[in-house]
Amino acid sequence: MSAINPLKPSERMKIPRQASIEQEAVVRAHNFEEVSWGLDEARALLESTRCLECKDPVCIPGCPVNVDIRSFLQLVMQKDYVGAVNKIRETNYLPAICGRVCPQEEQCEAVCTMGKKHPSIAIGKLERFVADYEIQHDLFVAPVVTEHRDEKVAIVGAGPSGLTCAAELAKMGYKVTIFEALHAAGGVLRYGIPEFRLPRKILDVEVNRIKALGVEIYTNFLVGRTATIDELFGEWGFSAIFLGTGAGTPTFMGIPGESLSGVYSANEFLTRVNLMKAYRFPEYDTPVHVGNEVAVIGGGNTAMDAVRTAKRLGADKAYLIYRRSRDEMPARLEEIHHAEEEGIEFHLLTNPTRIVGDANNWVCGIECLRMELGEPDESGRRKPIPVKGSEFVLPVQAVVEAVGQSPNPIVQSTTPGLNTGKKGIVVVDDVQMTSRPGVFAGGDLARGGATVILAMRDGKIAADAIHKYLEQKRTGGNGQAATA
Amino acid sequence: MYPIVHTSVLAPTITKFVIKAPFVAKKRLPGNFVIVRVEENGERIPLTIVDSDNAHGTITLIVQAIGKTTRLMATKHAGDALVDVAGPLGNPTPILEGKTVACVGGGVGTAELYPITKALQAAGNTVHTVIGARSKDLVILENEMTDCSNHIVVTTDDGSYGRKGFVTDALKEIIESSPEITAVYAIGPLPMMKAVSNLTKNYSKKTYVSLNAVMVDGTGMCGGCRVTVDGKMKFACVDGPEFDGHRVDFDELIMRNRTYVAAEKISMNQYERECACKAKEVAA
Ligand SMILES: Cc1cc2nc3c(=O)[nH]c(=O)nc-3n(C[C@H](O)[C@H](O)[C@H](O)COP(=O)(O)OP(=O)(O)OC[C@H]3O[C@@H](n4cnc5c(N)ncnc54)[C@H](O)[C@@H]3O)c2cc1C
Ligand SMILES: Cc1cc2nc3c(=O)[nH]c(=O)nc-3n(C[C@H](O)[C@H](O)[C@H](O)COP(=O)(O)OP(=O)(O)OC[C@H]3O[C@@H](n4cnc5c(N)ncnc54)[C@H](O)[C@@H]3O)c2cc1C
Ligand code: SF4
Ligand code: SF4
Ligand code: FES
Repeated sequence: MSAINPLKPSERMKIPRQASIEQEAVVRAHNFEEVSWGLDEARALLESTRCLECKDPVCIPGCPVNVDIRSFLQLVMQKDYVGAVNKIRETNYLPAICGRVCPQEEQCEAVCTMGKKHPSIAIGKLERFVADYEIQHDLFVAPVVTEHRDEKVAIVGAGPSGLTCAAELAKMGYKVTIFEALHAAGGVLRYGIPEFRLPRKILDVEVNRIKALGVEIYTNFLVGRTATIDELFGEWGFSAIFLGTGAGTPTFMGIPGESLSGVYSANEFLTRVNLMKAYRFPEYDTPVHVGNEVAVIGGGNTAMDAVRTAKRLGADKAYLIYRRSRDEMPARLEEIHHAEEEGIEFHLLTNPTRIVGDANNWVCGIECLRMELGEPDESGRRKPIPVKGSEFVLPVQAVVEAVGQSPNPIVQSTTPGLNTGKKGIVVVDDVQMTSRPGVFAGGDLARGGATVILAMRDGKIAADAIHKYLEQKRTGGNGQAATA
Repeated sequence: MYPIVHTSVLAPTITKFVIKAPFVAKKRLPGNFVIVRVEENGERIPLTIVDSDNAHGTITLIVQAIGKTTRLMATKHAGDALVDVAGPLGNPTPILEGKTVACVGGGVGTAELYPITKALQAAGNTVHTVIGARSKDLVILENEMTDCSNHIVVTTDDGSYGRKGFVTDALKEIIESSPEITAVYAIGPLPMMKAVSNLTKNYSKKTYVSLNAVMVDGTGMCGGCRVTVDGKMKFACVDGPEFDGHRVDFDELIMRNRTYVAAEKISMNQYERECACKAKEVAA
């Protein structure tokens, strides 16, 4: 834990937090290129020297997968960027992704000691810098898997939880196969989060690194239909299974007009644009519709992504309609800022009541009510109450609903003995084991909607638990004790 | 990649494909469909699994070329491959046993109906079949359907083959002469399924229709395929594709299916331009 930083703490505190280089808002609002280019080497070096090298690095427990932040920052200070990224990779196999999409301000950076009096260290941006450096200079060397184990483990779903669980198990020497329903791996990282926040190039690199560990990925394979969990155990010969199928079923508000043409769930809208590349129609075959004015309903990351995507698809006016105030928005702060800069119009304390259609069954407007904040509800947030008689109609030609998602029920309904709770969320114990021995689950499927890093955390915990479970089985136990 | 092992033209614009997709072949049941992507930049389209051969690991698809993607698919031959085939998707059709039923197919819907008719006959039902097409050259699978039906009527809109008229005319007679019919299975264009459902409602005959909503993923993830059944929102890909025809809001679905007409034209025009260019290259 020796100190590396040549600067005195007082000097470090004088250095301003280094900002990333970004595309100008007026330009980027019309393209799908990445918004932020991150830190350049000079800024990254300077930023790393702001770290106080705390004796008690509280940033580490602030990270859901406990990245050894202090050590990786010290490696950055020494210009050992590859060493730094490998340090991160000890606990986080997708650094180029987390550096971009983690809500750092609520995690590692929220607790950083520097943050008490000054802006906290830009941990996420530095994570991204070293990961990108390694990609740009093609310096990645796949970890050598020394041990080989006979058991086969199946991973259902190629989202961040499944990919992480697969990587961890492959490193331990297991034969790992991922089954993914769509034609490409990545989960929400592929179909939900837009290219301008997470370039597909980066995602492809990270997925290929998981394949480089010997993990096999079967796409177009919908577990529950193409094969059931019991078949994977039986004829397919898997010894343990991890479920990381996410929370992909969209919720609709249930207001009149939702079947009009031009009304989308955020999932459909984003899938058309991201997975199917509708923003390059007709070069790519899948179309998507926006029109001049579009309304996106919701206040989370999904809503923010959808509304910024709509703007980029050419909408003159892209509205975000949210029933609470800006402070209650669950989206990452950075995304809210970026949306505002890009000219997204926020209609806060506003709740849609009806979607209005024209004679051809196309959306032509959305009727909303103004809201005011009342007493805090169960979630601790102040409850929005409608203001009587405040209805108004916004003219729009497309509506995107980003009002929540729940787990896809296909696996649950075809797997006897798999217990689920509220909204079909799969029940797991503290090491991610479900009610079915040998079946583990994590990520949005077990949480109902969370973050990339929490999904990864679950995948890692499950990988360790699967390892213990299989060792136990190997030595004659039934595997149950492993989770006790 | 999913190799195409055989193709044959059944009628102008209608092609049969036999495709290697062993996992799908193994699990598929009548009524299931697959989502196909023909080429890398392509869209995902749903196609019914008409037949399968588990021993050879193949499935049969019958496709009518009506737009960009299906026309592109029609240019593929044995030795080519499709980039993606995902399935089997959707719920299998409920197959009654030992009853009398009617099967009604319109256009390429006859292909989608074929596996169901076969299963119904295998389950000991007496099967009355009506297949309809616009004209003689568009009648498909007549022999196959005859083989699995106790009684079959072919109708054409223009009278160029079989009986002149719509499938509903023939169905009405069948229901009236065979009141023991307990269920009707209808697959075809939406207006046809709507007409069949309106007819069978008068006779209180349970009617299964297969809804061809526009799909993207086919796994319940996008909600684009939503339809209204009995006043409730359903996703055709996971809750269907078959529903009780008496409870389906057909008019809404007919409107929804027009959503991308303008975009489909752009796609088609661009495709035709590209085809013309390619033809010139070949000629040169
Ligand atoms: C638009 C959007 C933006 C977001 N932005 C952020 C952000 O900035 N930062 C952040 O931390 N989090 C963000 N999130 C949340 C984050 O993406 C999720 O919490 C995370 O992806 C969950 O990972 P997962 O592995 O549980 O599942 P998912 O990423 O949902 O992946 C599940 C995968 O399983 C597949 N699958 C489903 N069923 C089956 C089956 N039966 N058989 C085979 N495969 C199946 C799916 O096709 C999918 O590929 C965002 C979410 C959305 C929707
Ligand atoms: C469950 C199901 C099973 C089907 N089975 C068959 C089959 O066995 N044989 C067959 O020939 N056709 C079948 N279809 C219809 C087939 O999917 C469409 O003809 C095809 O998608 C048209 O694509 P295109 O690009 O050639 O035409 P386009 O020009 O894009 O579209 C023509 C029309 O097809 C419909 N359509 C377009 N895109 C889609 C889509 N992604 N999903 C569904 N419908 C769409 C729309 O109504 C549209 O107006 C089925 C549809 C469904 C939903
Ligand atoms: S993984 Fe996320 S939370 Fe952990 S250190 Fe990196 S940015 Fe922070
Ligand atoms: S808490 Fe902040 S200042 Fe302290 S070691 Fe971690 S990153 Fe550096
Ligand atoms: S096609 Fe996406 S939910 Fe049915």
